[in-house]
Amino acid sequence: MRGGVLRSRGAPLAAAGALIVAAYVLLAAGAPVLAPADPFQMAPQTLLAPPSRAHPCGTDQFGRDVLSRLLYGARISLGVAFASTAFALGAGGTAGMLAGYAGGALDHVLMRAMDVIFAFPAVLLALAIMAVAGTTVGTVVVAIGIVYTPQFARVSRAGVLAVRGLEYVEAAGALGATPARVLVRHVLPNITAPLTVQTSLTLSLAILTESALSFLGLGTQPPTPSWGNMLAEARRVMVTAPWTAVAPGAAIALVVLGFNLLGDGLRDWLDPRLHL
Amino acid sequence: MRAYLLARLLTAVPVLWGVSVVVFLLIHMLPANAVQMFVGTQVDMTPAQLEELRRLFGLARPLPLQYVDWVGHLLRGDFGVSLRTSRPVLPDILARLPVSAEITALALTLALALALPVGVAAAVRRGSAVDAGVRVLGLLGLSVPNFWLATMLLLLLSTVSPLASIGVYVGFLADPVRNLTVMALPALSLGVALAAVFMRFVRSSLLEVLGQEYVRTARAKGVRERLVITRHALRNALIPLITVVGFQAGYLLGGTVVIEEVFALPGMGRFVLTAIGQRDYPVVQGVVLVIAVLFVLINLGVDVLYALVDPRVRYG
Repeated sequence: MRGGVLRSRGAPLAAAGALIVAAYVLLAAGAPVLAPADPFQMAPQTLLAPPSRAHPCGTDQFGRDVLSRLLYGARISLGVAFASTAFALGAGGTAGMLAGYAGGALDHVLMRAMDVIFAFPAVLLALAIMAVAGTTVGTVVVAIGIVYTPQFARVSRAGVLAVRGLEYVEAAGALGATPARVLVRHVLPNITAPLTVQTSLTLSLAILTESALSFLGLGTQPPTPSWGNMLAEARRVMVTAPWTAVAPGAAIALVVLGFNLLGDGLRDWLDPRLHL
Repeated sequence: MRAYLLARLLTAVPVLWGVSVVVFLLIHMLPANAVQMFVGTQVDMTPAQLEELRRLFGLARPLPLQYVDWVGHLLRGDFGVSLRTSRPVLPDILARLPVSAEITALALTLALALALPVGVAAAVRRGSAVDAGVRVLGLLGLSVPNFWLATMLLLLLSTVSPLASIGVYVGFLADPVRNLTVMALPALSLGVALAAVFMRFVRSSLLEVLGQEYVRTARAKGVRERLVITRHALRNALIPLITVVGFQAGYLLGGTVVIEEVFALPGMGRFVLTAIGQRDYPVVQGVVLVIAVLFVLINLGVDVLYALVDPRVRYG
């Protein structure tokens, strides 16, 4: 059932996803070089100009170059997504490992806390946190990070429970390894597969959540471009200048597709039970 | 059965308690306190005056006491008073609940109607071009942000007929036809991603069941393939879908906040967004609490339903 890497059904999908994501990361990193114009430079003489050679994605209602804003927006959107997912992975992964390994009261308290976070719809909890904590990049990262922490906790706890009773883990403990060493050296390598899949899927959700928050005015604040606030600003002018609304949404959809392909492909490849 | 239900009900209690603590702390950890927000930043007050107001609002007491007080009021249906309109918060939230509930229900219905036939077709013709196409469609559906889809649908509508407007919200009971006309696009925008989730789930769940021995037995005794799928496989494959629906209720309840804003629908989501903009924290607190409690209750209902449909849960 379990084929080699190349024979697996997941491999081409994961590769396609990785390619899309890598392209976005390169574009975001290279924005200062690649952007045809200054993303903040307003130009009263070219308001809402349609796509042309000078402005491949047209200009917005302030005459700013849409492509340049998309490229700089990628830095914010990807940056927030990676940072918040790292937060969720760190916090959730650690909590789940501790809960699974220690068991007992600690397990109970940690996992009930995760249940409580999980009891809020993701977008709503992120919105509420942003509403009280204020709209800075740091709060966006933490808000989205908190929202997606419970999934990581559950995944890593389940992984720990699956290997905890295995002989090699018990042997390591019997040989005198400290719990921290057992967790890091013997348990962690065995739960990296599910955590990797979860990371990829959470990245796609984090992109969507960041853009939804910015779309609602509670994420990245203008004039700093993010795909969500570009779309929000475009709503008033989109009938005369559709490119202002089409471009940022397409940018979000494509990178989210990339992360989904990656996550889906990785799951097929890493989890033989799902080879249906 | 009764023991299972009781046990399941009891697990909801600590979660609801936790939810109330989070919502309470969220507002009380505000950088500026509620008094300052109430009077606004333009009003100059002496520290003594501020202190007097804080006492008046009951904010000078220790946090745990304030919490107990607050929960006591909640349990009696007193969610506080809006800082902007001075109206009680709960009735205003409940008045907007039907709009949000309708969007959610329509999106869910639409998603299931789309997902079931497509998911079954993909599973039955596993590995075919249909299956591959469905997989791509599913991934696309998951990737398109609902607020962008909503915006594009509005844009499309304005291009098709520049004068057409989505119309002002009318209650379903007042005018069902116009109500559904207004709600169609919001429900579609919200339902597409959900359809993708359900479709993928129906496909993999059905494939799993089709590999079971009782399906082979049914085939071996000569049951027609159509009947094997509908009567033997699909029934069992769809039971776990109930759990997925409960899980996705969070997507629906969160998504409706965004979609109501795009289509200017007078639901709870738009209410909370306006309240956030006006720093009307009792309303924010109230809506977040109501939605979270709804989410917990929906999942409770889903688990009960699951136990009713699948006897293994009760006796397992």
